[in-house]
Amino acid sequence: MKFSEKWLREWVDPPVSTAELVEQLTMAGLEVDSVEPAAAGLGDLVVGEVVSVDAHPDADKLRVCSVAIGAGQPLQVVCGAPNVAVGGKYPLAPVGARLPGDLKIKKSRLRGIESHGMLCSASELGLSEDHAGLMTLPAEAQAGQSLQTLLGLDDTIIDIDLTPNRGDCLGIEGIAREVGTLLRCPVSVVEIKPLAATIDDTLDIEVQSPQACPQYLGRVLRGIDVMAQTPLWMQERLRRSGLRSLGIVVDVTNYVLLELGQPMHAFDLAHLAGGIHVRYARQGEQLTLLDERMITLDDRTLVIADHEKPLAIAGVMGGIHTGVQDDTVDVFLECAFFPPDIIAGRARTYGMHTESAYRFERGVDPGLQHRAIERATALLIDIAGGEAGPVTSVTAAQYLPVSIPVTLRKERIRRVLGILPGADEVTDILTRLGMTVTGQGDDWQVQSPTYRFDIALEADLIEEIGRVYGYNRLPSVVLQGALDVQPLDEAENTIEDLCNVLVSRGYQEAVTYSFVDPALQASINPHMMPVPLANPISSEMAEMRTSLWPGLLTAVLYNLRRQKARLRLFEHGLRFYSRDGEIHQDMMLAGVITGSRLPEYWDGKGVPVDFFDIKGDVGSLLALAGNDKAFEFVAAGHPALHPGQSAQIRCGERSVGWIGRIHPLLAGQLDLNPDSLVFELEYAALETGQLAKFQPISRFPSIRRDLAVVVDDTLSVADLQTAVQQAAGDLLQELLIFDVYRGKGIETGRKSIAFGLILQDYSRTLKEQDVEGVVTHVTDRLGKEFGATLRD
Amino acid sequence: MSSLDELEQQALQAVAEAGDAAILDDVRVRYLGKKGLLTQQLKQLGALPAEQRPAAGQEINRVKQQVQQAIEIRGEVLQASLLNEQLASETVDVTLPGRGHTQGGLHPVTHTLRRIEQLFRPLGFTVEEGPEIEDDHHNFGALNIPDHHPARAMHDTFYFDAHTLLRTHTSPVQVRVMEQRQPPLRIIAPGRVYRCDSDLTHTPMFHQVEGLLVDEHVSFANLKGLIDEFLRAFFEREDLAVRFRPSYFPFTEPSAEVDIQCVMCAGEGCRVCGQSGWLEVLGCGMVHPKVFEQVGIDNERYTGFAFGMGVERLAMLRYGVNDLRLFFENDMNFLAQFN
Repeated sequence: MKFSEKWLREWVDPPVSTAELVEQLTMAGLEVDSVEPAAAGLGDLVVGEVVSVDAHPDADKLRVCSVAIGAGQPLQVVCGAPNVAVGGKYPLAPVGARLPGDLKIKKSRLRGIESHGMLCSASELGLSEDHAGLMTLPAEAQAGQSLQTLLGLDDTIIDIDLTPNRGDCLGIEGIAREVGTLLRCPVSVVEIKPLAATIDDTLDIEVQSPQACPQYLGRVLRGIDVMAQTPLWMQERLRRSGLRSLGIVVDVTNYVLLELGQPMHAFDLAHLAGGIHVRYARQGEQLTLLDERMITLDDRTLVIADHEKPLAIAGVMGGIHTGVQDDTVDVFLECAFFPPDIIAGRARTYGMHTESAYRFERGVDPGLQHRAIERATALLIDIAGGEAGPVTSVTAAQYLPVSIPVTLRKERIRRVLGILPGADEVTDILTRLGMTVTGQGDDWQVQSPTYRFDIALEADLIEEIGRVYGYNRLPSVVLQGALDVQPLDEAENTIEDLCNVLVSRGYQEAVTYSFVDPALQASINPHMMPVPLANPISSEMAEMRTSLWPGLLTAVLYNLRRQKARLRLFEHGLRFYSRDGEIHQDMMLAGVITGSRLPEYWDGKGVPVDFFDIKGDVGSLLALAGNDKAFEFVAAGHPALHPGQSAQIRCGERSVGWIGRIHPLLAGQLDLNPDSLVFELEYAALETGQLAKFQPISRFPSIRRDLAVVVDDTLSVADLQTAVQQAAGDLLQELLIFDVYRGKGIETGRKSIAFGLILQDYSRTLKEQDVEGVVTHVTDRLGKEFGATLRD
Repeated sequence: MSSLDELEQQALQAVAEAGDAAILDDVRVRYLGKKGLLTQQLKQLGALPAEQRPAAGQEINRVKQQVQQAIEIRGEVLQASLLNEQLASETVDVTLPGRGHTQGGLHPVTHTLRRIEQLFRPLGFTVEEGPEIEDDHHNFGALNIPDHHPARAMHDTFYFDAHTLLRTHTSPVQVRVMEQRQPPLRIIAPGRVYRCDSDLTHTPMFHQVEGLLVDEHVSFANLKGLIDEFLRAFFEREDLAVRFRPSYFPFTEPSAEVDIQCVMCAGEGCRVCGQSGWLEVLGCGMVHPKVFEQVGIDNERYTGFAFGMGVERLAMLRYGVNDLRLFFENDMNFLAQFN
């Protein structure tokens, strides 16, 4: 709600500066967004009265004017505006004046004729967008008078960002009431006298849905001069509230909207067929709105109709065919109350935002309609003449909101606010807010005025007391509480623990958007059903990620393009997918590495990362889960990964993640370094670690025996390892793989694998024959099961 | 016995001149070996008259000891210089960089989230999480934001269908917790939230931390006490000015927005605080009776408060970041600044 401070001060004039007023409003919950001068830098301008207009000898469109500015000789000014006329009064910027945009007026020659100033349009002064011609000033303006004085431009525009519960402050009257309450000063309410009807004309009003429209007031006005000029003061007040002047009838209804907070509408009586019907639209009915858009109505939309057609969306916007036009003579004025839930969402449904809907959605005072229609009638007839018929009022009192007395307990105030202000102060605050307070003892009964329709509960009253009392006067008390010991699961691996592991291994955490480019996602993870957004912000962020890889790879690309060749990034967060009609949201931990294994170093060449680098990192995460033997890396294909360098990570039978090198085709497609590797793990698989369990330590020496076997190249080391462990038995403390060799000395299609067996017993020093026994067992087993031979 | 004196002088000179351990050993053999020159002197004692033998023998032994001692000392000297040479040859330039992975780091949003959690955990707040794809009821309805409420329009919601959406705040987590547990409750709920809005100061995804405390004797004064202390601890500024402004959230009443004195200009007025000297950092209030009603908590027995804060906003103020969008570009030059 944007408004002129001067206007407000006509209603309530506290003896405080603008800054203090604004501070008080903000600290009472009416947050002031901005405070701006009504017009910047127009101090040099004066009223110029055009005494004569002559044609320019050398230019068809220019005129040479003589402009009186009070004392002194009239000035010669060359002007190109079509509407300049003898006797007209316009803003004049004399030589030396500055206009908005830092334009300085200089003495100039226009096609050879001297010009000593400039006659201005409203847009040149920054007062409106109207640049069709000179800004016409009213007849009462004095030549030479300061424009600032004439227009009251020594004013401030205050913009309040009102919260949705304070619909009552969407008018000057409401803000004035609030200021009066806060600063304890009287509010002078505009006196509105009912205007006696001078004609008998009425229009039938039939409210078919009284629940949706408990009060509808209408009035016929005849013989209105719709071309009457809107007075400057009204234009200026509208402008300062951000509304353009659109002709006297609309201006008056807008003025009442700003002044009292009541939206109104004026129809051209000549275009109404029969009376008014307030009803729900029939599905598919059409209406062309004032903004010339044709819309198709649905049956949840309340409309104002005549006997033939819908005329307006109730409380939102009128139709163009029945709006006031230049040739309108007779007007039907509407002033109604629609409950918020009837209007809420309607404007949005049709893609609109109007001042009217904005107010009805937040609530309009149900006690305001009679005053508002009288105020509008009086203003209109005063300015544009004509005669008014009687007000027709259709009211369904049973559907009008009623203010029910609310019980307010002193003890409850103390419990909620932490203190109980004195009883006098509480009743004073409530009374200043316009409420009626009765009762003694522990409870009060509080009755709200109709404009405080937001007050329905005791909590609402307590908030008002706290607000007006001042939040910053309320105590600040540190909470006391029981010193409960919190449960602490030692075996749990928090996501923080896992992140810390990656950080210490050189990974940098990224945070990427949870919605990704569907095309990218389809090329990375085509087999999971993504969850698309109904209203994405852009086509590149149209569906929820099924994996953290699209975001991480995008982050890698971003950095590669910025000359960062070695990257290690990780992210944790939810991935989303749909299966059997259900949406799944799982916490994932994923990483990507690319570039050299170690940061570039002075003693050697960088080696690019490979599968085993990232596997080592994943291994350190799995190790945190306490039992890394529970996890298996099973060679498997993934659309995003190199078929020979990818594995599914399994825990038991369950797949809990993937690891591998980015598929060269995908790398090429994305312009990614082919030495890029990724992993992704379900957090759930890592969350539960194992509590450490002590094992006795052997005091006897361990013996290492190395064993190189030659097997088929297709065999996986994991299978051999299992066999070695089983064959070696309890004496095996540790099994190392210290060499894998293919090439000279080994047949094609075979490879040599060197195991280091570390053997130890708990009760004795091992003898040579113990060790020999183990080695024999192992070689026999490997020979039988895998055709392994000892390497020479 | 002049020849013994000469021999002593020769031997000592030879020891002194021995340049390495091998030469020194040669000297030892030459003078003290089985056939060494001094050893031979002893063997020649028999040729002396018996009464001279003890004195001569003593003298030869003295010389032998002298030479032996000289050899030992010389040996130690030679060893020491050898070690020094070796050490000198092994000198490295200690200013060259170290080897191995450089430490990675956490995202500034994570740093900030952890800091907030670390401040609340010791007070008995547990960290709770909830789904990011939420239903209408938990995100709005249960928080006293019915269909078409004007507050909904302010949330710029991403939808999947009429009733499924991306949570617009972390407040649904408080509903989920209250549905499952009875008071007393102390929780914070950090996480990602989404609004369909993108410009200089808005990203379609950001982070919030929601807090909820429900107990039998909890007042707005306690809310003020907690928030005052939290903000001063978070910014490590004991004298930080904090103010509470009335505001409106459908799920709290009374509601407040909390401003801190601008940490950039110390309240003097600057671009960051829009010359006001104040920065809005948090929204809060007493849990609305209708919210308790929806989850079946007795309004007469319990009161509670809730608060919510934007994590990026706090991170920007804490670290002086001037552009919100940097948080989601993942530029290494940005991320590495927080390691």
